[in-house]
Amino acid sequence: MARAAVQRRLNWLRATVLENRPETARVHRLLLDVPGWPGHLPGQHVDLRLTAEDGYTAQRSYSVASAPEDPRLHLLVERFEGGEVSPYLTDELRSGDLLELRGPIGGYFVWSSAVDRDGGRAEGRRPVQLVAGGAGVAPFLAMLDHHRRTGGSTPVRLLYSARTADDVLAPDVLGPQTTITLTREAPSDWRGLTGRIDRRMLEAQTFAPTTRPRVFVCGPTSFVESTATTLVDLGHDPSWIRLERFGGSGDPS
Amino acid sequence: MSLVSRGFGRREQRRDERLPPGQYDAGDLFPVLSAGPTPRTPLGEWDLTLQGEVDGLRRWTWDEFRELPREAVSVDIHCVTKWSKFDTRWEGVAVDTLLAGVRTEAAYALAFCDGGYTTNHRLSDLTDGRAWVVDTYDGQPLAPEHGGPVRLLVPHLYFWKSAKWLRGFALSQFNEPGFWETFGYHDRGDPWLEQRYSGD
Repeated sequence: MARAAVQRRLNWLRATVLENRPETARVHRLLLDVPGWPGHLPGQHVDLRLTAEDGYTAQRSYSVASAPEDPRLHLLVERFEGGEVSPYLTDELRSGDLLELRGPIGGYFVWSSAVDRDGGRAEGRRPVQLVAGGAGVAPFLAMLDHHRRTGGSTPVRLLYSARTADDVLAPDVLGPQTTITLTREAPSDWRGLTGRIDRRMLEAQTFAPTTRPRVFVCGPTSFVESTATTLVDLGHDPSWIRLERFGGSGDPS
Repeated sequence: MSLVSRGFGRREQRRDERLPPGQYDAGDLFPVLSAGPTPRTPLGEWDLTLQGEVDGLRRWTWDEFRELPREAVSVDIHCVTKWSKFDTRWEGVAVDTLLAGVRTEAAYALAFCDGGYTTNHRLSDLTDGRAWVVDTYDGQPLAPEHGGPVRLLVPHLYFWKSAKWLRGFALSQFNEPGFWETFGYHDRGDPWLEQRYSGD
């Protein structure tokens, strides 16, 4: 287990909203300018803090959806109906507003192809398999964009489950490494996969256990739980599998 | 000094006194968080051990653990990912019971688990009726995704300190950071002091 993480204080920073634009019907993309941002590794997240006039505060975590090379921080916010924070971020927040955030947070659910290249470690030559459910693709967008921008040579694949073609996030970043499956409905000319990610799909569409991939799974709790269990059943060593869950407040289990 | 967020207001007008700063009430939900796949150790191979700087290793098989004096507790729990859950009902064995008769100079305990997870505690956070090793949640055997067969329950600290799939404690006079503590999370994690990350 890694013991090298830096222990430093995480101070609240003031970010300026540069843009708040709908990415799909349910998800908005926030583009932030964060003076003093110390940089991040793909896969890390930030805490946002909102403060009401009466001093009441609410905090939520969001994965950084942009590569470290991008000067702006991108966050993808899924709107949860009746939520306290996400409808504010998607509907109310506009360019020029200020937000408080701190980060980067988390050092386990990270993959950097630049670290693979420069690290000289045997682990860096193992392929990387990403599996996303819905907005859980956000940290993988940071990973894939970083991979592309740094000309990484690590073999990487993403299996990405979305409800419909209109729900697919950031198609410009996904690239040829990505296999999409649509779970609700598919256009008549859809040539990709349909249906939920199951054992058969994982077997056919992801790196085999014999190639010893580093596996990252991100999505709603039930998606992550079932995918991880199936991957272990298929022969992946549990220690190769790293998990991140989204929608902690709205996903019963 | 916090920055006021234009147009942001609280949804509930009355804030529950039981809610630490920065937390929200998850209601009936019980979110699941873990860094890796859920381990599934057969009970026949399971044991719980106290090791390290003790006057002799203590070990309990599953049957032996189930014979220990039990307690039922109802507590509020607080996850560092911001959700809290009130009046959760658990049953299990107080850490005091496991430590009864153990002679040690240790001031710290590293909880270790199936799957390789660890978290560190001051021994004083685990004693005097403040921590339990629980096998029952809401009257039912603890589900694997919630840490079954047993998890640590230390409700006065953020919930990553309540390690799932617990297999024992290594006692020491030295403090060794656990899994999340190594990745920048707070060494102690008191939710009322909002000790989320290192330096808080």
